[in-house]
Amino acid sequence: MSPFEQTGSAASFDRPPLQVDGAVLARGALATVAWTAVAASVTLLANRKVGFAEPLYVDQTNLGLAAWAVLLAIATTIGAVWPPLGARLGRAAPWLVVLALFVGIWDLLTAKLGLLPVPFFAPPSSLVEVYAEDWPRLGESVLHSLRLLALGFLFGTISGFVTGVAIGWSRGLGYWVHPVLRFLGPIPSTALLPMSFFFFPSSFSAAIFLIALATWFPVTVLTWSGVASVDKAYYDVARTLGARRSFLIFKVAIPAALPHVFVGLFMGLGASFSVLVAAEMMGVKSGLGYYLQWAQGWAAYANMYGALIVMALIFSSLITLLFAARDRLLGWQKDVVKW
Amino acid sequence: MVAATLTAAVDRSAPASRGADLAIAGVSHAFDLEGRPLPVLDDIDLNVRAGEFVALLGPSGCGKSTLLRLVAGLEPPTQGRIAAAGELITAPDPSRVVVFQDPTLYPWRTVWRNVALGLEARGLLATQKGRVDDALRTVGLAGFERAFPRQLSGGMAQRAALARALVNDPSVLILDEPLGKLDSLTRIAMQTEIAELWRQRGFTTLLVTHDVEEALFLAQRVIVLSERPARIKAEIVNDLPYPRHRGDPRLAELRGQALAHLGLDASW
Repeated sequence: MSPFEQTGSAASFDRPPLQVDGAVLARGALATVAWTAVAASVTLLANRKVGFAEPLYVDQTNLGLAAWAVLLAIATTIGAVWPPLGARLGRAAPWLVVLALFVGIWDLLTAKLGLLPVPFFAPPSSLVEVYAEDWPRLGESVLHSLRLLALGFLFGTISGFVTGVAIGWSRGLGYWVHPVLRFLGPIPSTALLPMSFFFFPSSFSAAIFLIALATWFPVTVLTWSGVASVDKAYYDVARTLGARRSFLIFKVAIPAALPHVFVGLFMGLGASFSVLVAAEMMGVKSGLGYYLQWAQGWAAYANMYGALIVMALIFSSLITLLFAARDRLLGWQKDVVKW
Repeated sequence: MVAATLTAAVDRSAPASRGADLAIAGVSHAFDLEGRPLPVLDDIDLNVRAGEFVALLGPSGCGKSTLLRLVAGLEPPTQGRIAAAGELITAPDPSRVVVFQDPTLYPWRTVWRNVALGLEARGLLATQKGRVDDALRTVGLAGFERAFPRQLSGGMAQRAALARALVNDPSVLILDEPLGKLDSLTRIAMQTEIAELWRQRGFTTLLVTHDVEEALFLAQRVIVLSERPARIKAEIVNDLPYPRHRGDPRLAELRGQALAHLGLDASW
């Protein structure tokens, strides 16, 4: 509809007619239909009986799915006339349909037909059960993991940044630090787990050390290469303008090196996740890694999947946070990758 | 170093109408090329009066930019002495500012913060913010304070670099082919602006260029350098008054002379 079609009537300016976005309506409707079908299939088809215990949270799961389908229907209705929501819904619709298919097939293969071996593959309702029943312990695990990760990553980042700037700037320091970096850096931190556990007073401090070490290596190497690759002309400019050594380091070398430092932080964060989980599985008696280990030990596979999903969400959010910080700090760069 | 900073601190209060004289005496310089010395400057003697505009003209790679780096104090000469206002040059100093061929603006700083660099480095920014705005107005970049370098055209970036130099009220302005990479229209416009700035401010100007017209249009004296290692081959005095006209027959005549010194008269 062209806005020019109604220029004849003055009244139409006061209250423009609702514009219904047909594309959003169609996509939203498709997603709604898909989820309604899932809700119907999980509710109406009979569950296959497995073992002696009645599965819990089946009705709640079914209700939740139905509520979700209703929510989608409402969102589609609003989105069709309200572009901000419509745009998001339109973009998400294909994924919503695929997810609906996934949940529907998952429920069919587990709860309905029992085609997948039972303790290893849990139906959707058991995941709901995990979150509803075990959320205090899961939440506590998350907090423990985050605390360990934050401390280790922080120490690793600070020490890596300082080391990188120092050896990028000073040849004398580079002479001593470089061989250590080359010798110790490539060792996977997880390989040092057994050693650290008897060197450190607690498994907690050992884990912090190892996470810091895993972060330290990439942050050091990339900070160093960032400082070393700063255009020499930047220093010439600053020197002719009366800059001293400290200005050259803090106002020229470091800001110029920050894009490299960010890559180091990204790599360090990834490495720290893997050390965190390994440390929690091997010695630290708390956190998501410990929860995973514990769940597997008790054959509580639904709990394991639940914890994995939480872990994915948290780690992904942390990387999102890192990229958001990059965008704020390094907005002057062009053509950067979006997370 | 402390003494130089103090001098600069005193100078800023005075109107920047006074240039410094330059005395380059017996300067030779060589680069270390895989252990062997590569001579680039050979016994250069040159005196520049305070407030004079001198152009160094020579074939590319002859070492003229090296001479500027020595005058700026970025490197010490292998042999010989260079003095500004009677003082031996041993280190860079904000009274002698270089505008390089590339604008070399810091990409992480806005235009305003790039221009403020010199004041910030000397700890003067807090009290003298107005000088940054003045410098930006002088080069016609008012309104672009918050832009980042990547958003500027080549000519605007070079103007920002010029403002970054001017904000320090230099007594010697060192121009290292500053217009070399600009399109010809921007180049012509900025030549006129540089001549005008020099007349208003009175700083001593040392310009390196391989553009014969540019050297003759701007400078009072053009020093023709030889191939590497550079020696002074000839000196062309251009006593035409400013503002100059590009079509002046005298410029054409001097151009013939300059090209002859460079061995290019046959092609002219």
